[in-house]
Amino acid sequence: MKALLMLENGMTFEGTGFGYEHDVLCEVVFNSAMCGYTELLTDPSYAGQGVVMTFPLIGNYGICYDDAESTKPWLGAFIVRSVSGIASNFRCDVDLDTYLKQNKVPGMCGIDTRALTRVLRESGTMRGMISYGEAIDLAAMKKQIDAFVLKSYVPEVSDREGKVYGDGPIRVALADYGVKHNIIRCLVKRGCTVKCFPYDASMEEILAFSPDGVMLSNGPGDPQACVKSIEELKRLYNHGLPIFGICLGHQLMALAQGFDTYKLKYGHRGINHPVKDLEANRVYITSQNHGFVVNADTVDPAVADVSFVSMNDGSVEGLRYKNGRVFTVQFHPEASSGPLDTGFLFDKFIDLMGGSRI
Amino acid sequence: MSKNPNIKKVVIIGSGPIIIGQAAEFDYAGTQACRAIREEGVEVVLINSNPATIMTDKQIADKVYIEPLTVETIKKVIIKEKPDSILPTLGGQNALNLAVELEESGFLKEHNVTMIGTSADTIRMAEDRELFKEAMERIYQPCAESEIAEDLDRALQVAERIGYPVVVRPAYTLGGSGGGIAYDREQLISIASLGLHRSRVHQVLIERCISGWKEIEYEVMRDKNGNCITVCNMENFDPVGVHTGDSIVVAPCQTLADKETQMLRSAALDIITELGVEGGCNVQFALNPNSFEYCVIEVNPRVSRSSALASKATGYPIAKVASKIALGYTLDEIPNAITKKTYACFEPTLDYCVVKIPKWPFDKFQNAKRLLGTQMKATGEVMGIAPTFEGALMKSVRCLEVNMMSLIDKNLKGLSDDAIGERLHVVDDRRLFVLAEALRRGFTAKEIHDITKIDLWFLDKLVSIVNVEKALASEELDRALLFRAKDYGFLDETISELSGKSIEEIRKLEDEWNIKPVYKMVDTCAAEFDAATPYYYSSYGSENESICQKDRKKVLVIGSGPIRIGQGIEFDFCSVHSVWALRDLGYETIIMNNNPETVSTDFDIADKLYFEPLTPEDVLHVVQLEKPDGAVVQFGGQTAIKLAGAIEKMGIPILGTSFDSIDAAEDRERFDAILNECEIPRAAGRTVFTCAEALAAANELGYPVLVRPSYVLGGQGMHIAYSDEDVIEDIGAINQIAQEHPILVDKYIMGTEVEVDAVCDGIDSVIPGIMQHIERAGVHSGDSISVYPAVDVSKEMQDIIVEYTRRLAKALKVKGLLNIQFIVKDNQVYVIEANPRSSRTVPYISKVTDIPIVPLAVGTFFGKTLPEMGYEYGLQPEKELIAIKMPVFSFEKLYGADVNLGPEMKSTGEVLGVARTFDEAMIKAFYGAGTHMIKKGRVIITVKNSDKQEVLPIARGLYELGWTIYATAGTSDFLNDNGIPTIRTNKIGAGKPDILDVILSGKIDLVINTPSKGVAHNRDGYLIRRNAVEAGIPCLTSLDTANAFLTCAQHVETTQLSVIDITTVSSFLNFI
Repeated sequence: MKALLMLENGMTFEGTGFGYEHDVLCEVVFNSAMCGYTELLTDPSYAGQGVVMTFPLIGNYGICYDDAESTKPWLGAFIVRSVSGIASNFRCDVDLDTYLKQNKVPGMCGIDTRALTRVLRESGTMRGMISYGEAIDLAAMKKQIDAFVLKSYVPEVSDREGKVYGDGPIRVALADYGVKHNIIRCLVKRGCTVKCFPYDASMEEILAFSPDGVMLSNGPGDPQACVKSIEELKRLYNHGLPIFGICLGHQLMALAQGFDTYKLKYGHRGINHPVKDLEANRVYITSQNHGFVVNADTVDPAVADVSFVSMNDGSVEGLRYKNGRVFTVQFHPEASSGPLDTGFLFDKFIDLMGGSRI
Repeated sequence: MSKNPNIKKVVIIGSGPIIIGQAAEFDYAGTQACRAIREEGVEVVLINSNPATIMTDKQIADKVYIEPLTVETIKKVIIKEKPDSILPTLGGQNALNLAVELEESGFLKEHNVTMIGTSADTIRMAEDRELFKEAMERIYQPCAESEIAEDLDRALQVAERIGYPVVVRPAYTLGGSGGGIAYDREQLISIASLGLHRSRVHQVLIERCISGWKEIEYEVMRDKNGNCITVCNMENFDPVGVHTGDSIVVAPCQTLADKETQMLRSAALDIITELGVEGGCNVQFALNPNSFEYCVIEVNPRVSRSSALASKATGYPIAKVASKIALGYTLDEIPNAITKKTYACFEPTLDYCVVKIPKWPFDKFQNAKRLLGTQMKATGEVMGIAPTFEGALMKSVRCLEVNMMSLIDKNLKGLSDDAIGERLHVVDDRRLFVLAEALRRGFTAKEIHDITKIDLWFLDKLVSIVNVEKALASEELDRALLFRAKDYGFLDETISELSGKSIEEIRKLEDEWNIKPVYKMVDTCAAEFDAATPYYYSSYGSENESICQKDRKKVLVIGSGPIRIGQGIEFDFCSVHSVWALRDLGYETIIMNNNPETVSTDFDIADKLYFEPLTPEDVLHVVQLEKPDGAVVQFGGQTAIKLAGAIEKMGIPILGTSFDSIDAAEDRERFDAILNECEIPRAAGRTVFTCAEALAAANELGYPVLVRPSYVLGGQGMHIAYSDEDVIEDIGAINQIAQEHPILVDKYIMGTEVEVDAVCDGIDSVIPGIMQHIERAGVHSGDSISVYPAVDVSKEMQDIIVEYTRRLAKALKVKGLLNIQFIVKDNQVYVIEANPRSSRTVPYISKVTDIPIVPLAVGTFFGKTLPEMGYEYGLQPEKELIAIKMPVFSFEKLYGADVNLGPEMKSTGEVLGVARTFDEAMIKAFYGAGTHMIKKGRVIITVKNSDKQEVLPIARGLYELGWTIYATAGTSDFLNDNGIPTIRTNKIGAGKPDILDVILSGKIDLVINTPSKGVAHNRDGYLIRRNAVEAGIPCLTSLDTANAFLTCAQHVETTQLSVIDITTVSSFLNFI
């Protein structure tokens, strides 16, 4: 079916629908990874976003359920230049088109994704809408986009069931703001028992688990919307448990300490982002997915040091807190998708918790 | 900044002549590296025997030694130049081997020279099979089960243990030379014997055969702080079993999910870290398509063909960054030259697909086996960039210049379905087209996959292309179909053939539906950052990024496409120099080319680079966008010349010599008329179209005659015919190379061949020098040893040659370069041919005469006269030196190819010997070409009857030096009768040991064999020559070469070899 993408600046791109062909409003962002779309589709941090893949050939190896980062795809829409006609991989469970249909994710292909990316780079991330069919009312679309308000998806993606993973000796409480399952796998494989707590769990609920440490997960959207989470983190910090935060978890801890965050023009989304470890003077290539970032100027040097910075724009990529128990990173050491270069940060967390590496 | 302040003067070892497995990629990498090092204020001393390269220009390095790449030469240069460092990772395997030898001998330490970039320990660990295996075991990286064997018995034992089939890989050889897959004991005996012989350390690795697995490559960078990044990964279309240099390669990997990708990426980083590489490194993996099982195939701790491809595919300048790392910088200190905002410590991400296809020389070697295996056979490669795999593949197919504009191979039409089915089992250069034909015939992708193991994803892309072909032939041409066809890389002419619509109709529809290519930028970052690189490819999309400026006049330079025999790196040298000359004159320069190995396709050479196929339609699209003020075709070899007519029709003036003049030189009748007018004699000849006409012409002229097609380079399809049978055979061969142009039949004159390159300004000519060929006429000029200045041509003859050159230049109205070949016989000068374009000899003559030939030619395009540019008309004063260009062949790589020299060019590259005397220059040239010069040894001499008198003095000379001569009955009797003792040897099959056994005994140092016509005779000669080449023994097939060899043998022990910095030739006194 014919599909049309309109951006909030009125610009339109015509293409063809695939997946679940139903009109959708979303925030349009681009991701520059050349593979790993299964992980991306199922990463709760993309909840509600329309993701443009800059790599033009998507769906080549189909969908492998083992690679999913959560129980289902969360993103609002998937925008690509072309969808592979065949899914070729020994692990493939289903092809991309079918998977999106089954999971009600609208898809759009056949557009000049590079041209669209350049628009997003120059004008910044924008709201947008995809409409399907022959007779599309452009004026009505524009109205809908203008009326569309971005919301926080954290309450939707956070696990309320309190699932427990692994049975290792180290007990980790995971504050689930929309966790990628590889964070859990990285901990379990290092000998942890991981229990998930919802985003708004209180410090008392978490302490009742008598954890050796707390893992703050990634998650979608604007950190400042997570008011309750920030409050609880303030208290948790003072309690002195080892805490490791990733992505949204990193931002929330920064806000809890009174630092500020702001929205990047077009975010960092890809698996080729270099960050510098300022202490070790080493550069690592990382997987990133964030639209917001901690404002370096607001980091109180009495409370925390910037530990990692982005080599691309100098923005804050990690904080090390002065109490010696808490460290957080903006990028994704659990990778999935992306380079495994910074997996050692999980070892560091285990050490902080007094555990031994397995 | 962590640059090492102790590095002030660096020796860089180049890769030497172009041979199969080592082509222009090292000129690209070396040139980029030299520039990167010099911009840091470090002095560069370059050693490279290849004069056709840009890196051996005085603009690129401070000191340039065009000398044989031997340990002795490098020692002399080091003693003379006193460098503090040596950088060995830019000259391929050869340079690594030389550097390790220098290090192991203690020489570097003794002279306080540090190896920078990658250490000798690292090189040893990567190159020595046993050390490598141990290193991989330390970091738990799996290698295919294997063991080293140092003799045949051991090899057989290992194979028994691992189980057949096994792969045989000789240690320390180039391009897998001498390796192969053995399916049984017999095959192993033959392959391993050869491999042991070829290996510098007499080792072969016997390895578990993993053919059919996916072959994946990673290009990795690492600095001294341990920062590592991967520049690019690449996947081979052809599964393991075909050498990666002979595989169709796609970047990035297409069929790997993130889990497999990261597993291999991490492995690559672990490997480079364990090896301690500081710079670039290539890691090759085999991945089981049905599991996560993988193994490391090979590691190259240096720049390579793959790194050149990765650089061009991503825009990341690997050689430049590797050089900065060698100087001590770390990745986070080196700016990204493309974005200028980010740093070298990031990983490029692509938003397009790149397909590389190798360029094979089988059109030159009708007898060579076209089968592809672990021994690389390609001479060059092409690359296509597009947002679809289909588009990138179709683009690269037409870059190959094999008369194929799509996947439709008309030669396959006549085969039955069964025959096509059988062909699917054959892995050769034509497989891609067979796959497409099989799909057309109804074979399913699954059936083809089961036979070929090619991934279903790739086969599905071929299905898409075939489906478009079918739709064009059977459906209404609507907008969607036309768009899809263009997006998948179909040319209008192919769409026209399939749909039955005329090209004009199709273009009208394209206008109407606005289906026009736009140009996208290769920016390393998928548009995430604003970039200013002027590196573009065409795409069918909605936004054009190539913004055309209108303030300056601009010139389009057409490049020379893939490296092939007859059209090599020399043309890239000329193209690059023309770009620089145009830039110096204030023009905006735009280059179009498609060879990822070359300097011309580096993004900072021209103001704009369009990485595109070179067909009229592809050029038209660029012309429509850029509207250049002129186009330059005379530097890009036949590839560019062929486009002259089409470009002129587009309304773009051809700068310099006009298309009409080019045609006049090519067109037999027009050229004859000009020669008559100028009163210049040439061998009598006729232009014919049919075999009958050819026979009539040959009989009228009298045998022997030269038979050749017109409009080709490198003597392709040229033969000397001695009889009617020969003519019939030769015409048959020519017709296989699909020609619409006529065939030329000339009387063959056996004399001294002389060659001239001239620069002409429309008024008169400057002749930098006259070159004389050692081999008589009949051996292609590209395969002849060429001597500057012409030592055996009398002053009187030279005056005539100069006069003829000046007359012809005027008559042909040449503006720019003119190359003429003459024959001198009995005090008569004949013209063989004249080509108003750059030639193979321009780079070396420019260097040894210090005359900027290409810039002068460019100057003439704009009306400057040569005297205005500082050069008097006529022959330039000779320099007080002798420069000898010697051809280098790659016969050992091409099983089955006959090595005898003839009118069709066969050499892949060349070296130069420069010295004050003829003997010294010749000895250097022989050394440079890899011939170990010795005063005495063992030689086999077998020549045809008509050569016996002529071989006598050569045999006597060798005998007097102490050589032992082996010969078969005829030659042996003849030599004995003339007082030269020989060891008589059985003819092939006339009882053991026969002459082949002698060759393979390992005792022979030289073979002199002249081929005779006639099938039966020639078969024996062919076997002798092939076996000699495969055993690594120099085989001379021209008595002129043998004579030169003798002269060198006579003087080798008494001649001191000097080393000459070619940048100082201007100070060499002139003879006059």
